[in-house]
Amino acid sequence: MHRTLIAAGALAVCLAASSMPIMAAKTEGQPLPSVLSIHIKDFKYNPTPVKIHSGDRVTFVNDDEEAHTVTSDDKSFDSEGLDGGKTWQHVFAKPGTYNYFCELHPYMKATIIVLPTASGSQ
Amino acid sequence: MKRSDFFEHVAWTGAGIAWSLSASGLLVSESASAATTSFSFVQISDSHIGFSRPENPDVLGTFAKTIADINALPRQPAFVVHTGDVTHLSKPAQFDAAKQVLSSLKAPLIVLPGEHDVIGSPRGFLDAFARPDAPNGWFSFDQGGIHFLSLVNVFNFEVDGKLGSEQLDFVEKDLAAQKTSTPIVVFGHVPLYALYPPWGWTTQDGSRVLAALRRFDAVTVLNGHIHQIIQHTDGNIRFATAASTAYPQPAPGKADKPGPLKVPDDVLLKVLGYRSVTVASRVPARVADHALG
Repeated sequence: MHRTLIAAGALAVCLAASSMPIMAAKTEGQPLPSVLSIHIKDFKYNPTPVKIHSGDRVTFVNDDEEAHTVTSDDKSFDSEGLDGGKTWQHVFAKPGTYNYFCELHPYMKATIIVLPTASGSQ
Repeated sequence: MKRSDFFEHVAWTGAGIAWSLSASGLLVSESASAATTSFSFVQISDSHIGFSRPENPDVLGTFAKTIADINALPRQPAFVVHTGDVTHLSKPAQFDAAKQVLSSLKAPLIVLPGEHDVIGSPRGFLDAFARPDAPNGWFSFDQGGIHFLSLVNVFNFEVDGKLGSEQLDFVEKDLAAQKTSTPIVVFGHVPLYALYPPWGWTTQDGSRVLAALRRFDAVTVLNGHIHQIIQHTDGNIRFATAASTAYPQPAPGKADKPGPLKVPDDVLLKVLGYRSVTVASRVPARVADHALG
């Protein structure tokens, strides 16, 4: 699990400069949902946009000194106040495009695209 | 402005407002405001109760020291106004801790919300500090010939600081009923003018308030949010942002980003503080900032 997390984070960093959505890492045959880390650094969510599958879990890591939030436009998820150095996780159960922002610094915006699972089920 | 000079700047504006930013206590002579109708109040801001990072691991302690210093003033202020970010993350325990410290204040208290007080919902802030006469959060009052406006520009924080049309209508109607010669003092959290928009240090629809304030002879606007003292004059309107009681932030544009600024331990109390304001019906407001150490 830990290696998966690191691999996903490394992938995120490598592809951060790309404007193309990146896919969360997934190990073939592994029953557990994929894990992706999104870092909050210098008042930006990184990477964004990102594609995951329904059931995937995303860990948001606040690397800034300042507090931030991870708040979806439609209020379907909300980290509430996330202090510097803290993390927050969320499992995305339903497919869709989720735009989110920081309630404390609303110019910080990002997107997660949740695709159906390969079998088509959620 | 260099951090070391933070509280060393003293200047007079053309209109005669004293901006005395010194750590040496009350620089402004009480006798200078001679008019018997004069009175003083105190502004405190950005206490961020719940913050526990190295920039200040004891924000409750520096907040308590602020309150103790105010209580020790030889003449108690008419009231103390906290211009927001009482808490760091809007947690009930943080509101409780802040209220515990504030309960020792000798003077009456007015509290405005900052964006850190309304994360997720304004409910926690309103439960802790709402006034029965101000169900929407904003209000005005008259005291000693001065007209005060207490505004809220953090309830709609999906954009940078914003007042909203309902509050703007209230402000315009309220000010229309005032005489041009009446001194106006405005409280808010986020600066009402475009102090530094790249860091969100602005109120998106603040220009409507400023337009309504321009006909008055003397206006003083007091804000928090940016954790440092910055003065600005725009015609008849004098703006002053306040120091925090918790931690400083970089000067606008002087760092890659805003946020808590680490200073040497022996400097911290010199960049935290509170502000006393002396007002009278016929003389300009006088503003003096006091460091905690």
